Amino acid sequence: MPTDSNDTILKVTDLTISFKAYGGMVQAVRGVSFDLKRGETVAIVGESGSGKSVTIKAIMGILPGNAVIEGGAIDYHGTDLTKLNEEGFHEIRGKRIGLIFQDPLSALNPIMKIGKQITEVLHLTKKLSTADAKTQAIELMRSVGIPEPERRFNQYPFQFSGGMRQRIVIAIALAGDPEILICDEPTTALDVTVQAKILDLINQIKKERNLSVIFIMHDLGVVANMAQRVNVMYAGKILESGTAEDVFFRPAHPYTWALLSSIPDMQTKEKLLAIPGTPPNMIHPPKGDAFAVRNKYALKLDFEREPPPIRISDTHWAATWLLHPKAPKVDMPEILRHRINRMTGGVV
Amino acid sequence: MAELKPPILEVKNLSQHFTTGRGKKRLAVKAVDDVSFEVYTQETFGLVGESGCGKTTTGRTIIRLYDPTAGQVLFDGWDISRPMNKKLRRFLSDNIAMIFQDPIESLNPRMTIEEIVGEGLFVRGEQDKAKVRKLVYETLDLVGLTQEHATRYPHEFSGGQRQRVGIARAIIVKPKLIIADEPVSALDVSIQAQVINLLNDLKQELGLTILFVAHNLSVVKYFSDRIGVMYYGKMVEIANAADLYENPLHPYTRALLSAIPEPNPRYSISGNRVDYDPARDHDYSAEQPSMREVLPNHFVYCSQGEYERFKLKVSL
Repeated sequence: MPTDSNDTILKVTDLTISFKAYGGMVQAVRGVSFDLKRGETVAIVGESGSGKSVTIKAIMGILPGNAVIEGGAIDYHGTDLTKLNEEGFHEIRGKRIGLIFQDPLSALNPIMKIGKQITEVLHLTKKLSTADAKTQAIELMRSVGIPEPERRFNQYPFQFSGGMRQRIVIAIALAGDPEILICDEPTTALDVTVQAKILDLINQIKKERNLSVIFIMHDLGVVANMAQRVNVMYAGKILESGTAEDVFFRPAHPYTWALLSSIPDMQTKEKLLAIPGTPPNMIHPPKGDAFAVRNKYALKLDFEREPPPIRISDTHWAATWLLHPKAPKVDMPEILRHRINRMTGGVV
Repeated sequence: MAELKPPILEVKNLSQHFTTGRGKKRLAVKAVDDVSFEVYTQETFGLVGESGCGKTTTGRTIIRLYDPTAGQVLFDGWDISRPMNKKLRRFLSDNIAMIFQDPIESLNPRMTIEEIVGEGLFVRGEQDKAKVRKLVYETLDLVGLTQEHATRYPHEFSGGQRQRVGIARAIIVKPKLIIADEPVSALDVSIQAQVINLLNDLKQELGLTILFVAHNLSVVKYFSDRIGVMYYGKMVEIANAADLYENPLHPYTRALLSAIPEPNPRYSISGNRVDYDPARDHDYSAEQPSMREVLPNHFVYCSQGEYERFKLKVSL
């Protein structure tokens, strides 16, 4: 296995997933491509229903029964995960790719002792003896910042606070020594002070274990602090992709503009730019750019033809016709330009 | 400025304790403990803190969903914390309305929007159906919904629209005070701004006073004139929104502010984060803390020693 820091360990190409539903096929993911390089954190941001969680469920092989992978590939060390059967996933799930869920309470078994929930993984993935597993579980608990792990080992989830529970979930995800860690909104259920500590912990273990992290999040503030690269997802597609600075300081897609200017930060005084309307019904996704109906900058072309990804720089692209050489010149909203100026001092 | 107007709501030493068990097992949870603050007419007062700090309980005790354990709440000079009777119930429901967090849970799935929004008027003894309908339509219009929506059921709406229905239900009775309990935290980012802007517009148009309870500090800062920070049932700091942000004095407020993620990749939270540890940050062995005014209209819960330190700090 090459250890070059630039090599790609996971490559998702043109992934398309639909769900069978009463009204027809819900097209949840419509041609998503991104890659994950060793040691980096890639974020996928988007609203609920944008398909971000479905994408990672496909990577973990835990899609519900009514989901159909209609096309595309997930390449992991030469294996296409979309073709892998359940047996095959037993070698991947937990051992190579770990997952941290959003709600630490429902991710833990309420009637099983914390220690058992960690050693369970160690038995399964490493075939450790009971005594070895216990030593290692306590070591893991210590490394995720649980005080008095020997005593905590024999306690139940209800005896832990939300932040401590999330630390346990992280310990369980790390038990199989994965090389990829997927975090699905890991701090949404937590208070902001606890959130900051958990994010610190994720960054720390990422460095210690040289992990690659896929970070699913709707909170743009958190993403800016965690990710090296950011993919903005809407209606089953990635609309803009780039480094964190590309997306936060040089956003090009009107949806990214809208997302960024609809949240206040601590200095915002201007009226927020609300995004009108609601996300589209994905049984009948709109023709052209899915965001066009909510987009005040939409061109006539946006309603007819879907914009291809248009390259802005080596690291940055966006799927919007506004970047086409023939398109009219449109500037990002004032409120956003002010904020970016304030944050960067004009040096973008 | 809002300060010049008289207070519409005065909360004095309010306590709300919940007890479980009896005898030896009796346990009291001091959800709200000796909290005092004032809300001035037509201002937005934000109440922030982490989950379990008592901010929601404070709101609910004011509108008398709970009976307060101790303390007094005055609304427009009326004592609304005295024992409940018909007259008080009427006074409360005429003057204070509430917007809830979860727009799915808080709307009856078997009632149409017209019934939900108009119910408050019928409860108040309004008999004239045509008049209620007209008011319902007007109110729906005010919150950005249309007449066609009136005959539909809650499940036919998106989260943002449901929250608009919740707001319409609250404002149709023309209350003086609205208690908004985490009105946007269940909504998607793109919808949050719609609801915040709507509340802001309504506040201007109708001259509402809002008690805004939320955990998202950036939203509270954006939306409120003054902010009260709560920690474990205690109010630890009250100040103007801008003042609180620029001069956070209580160590908990500083910890809370330092943990807020900014949409700025060049700013690192971990580099700037301060932790709050009550045992380490305070020495209350010599003297009990109390609410003291460190700057004009900027109150901090502190002891005399801390007060002098804060004074020194803000004068620098």
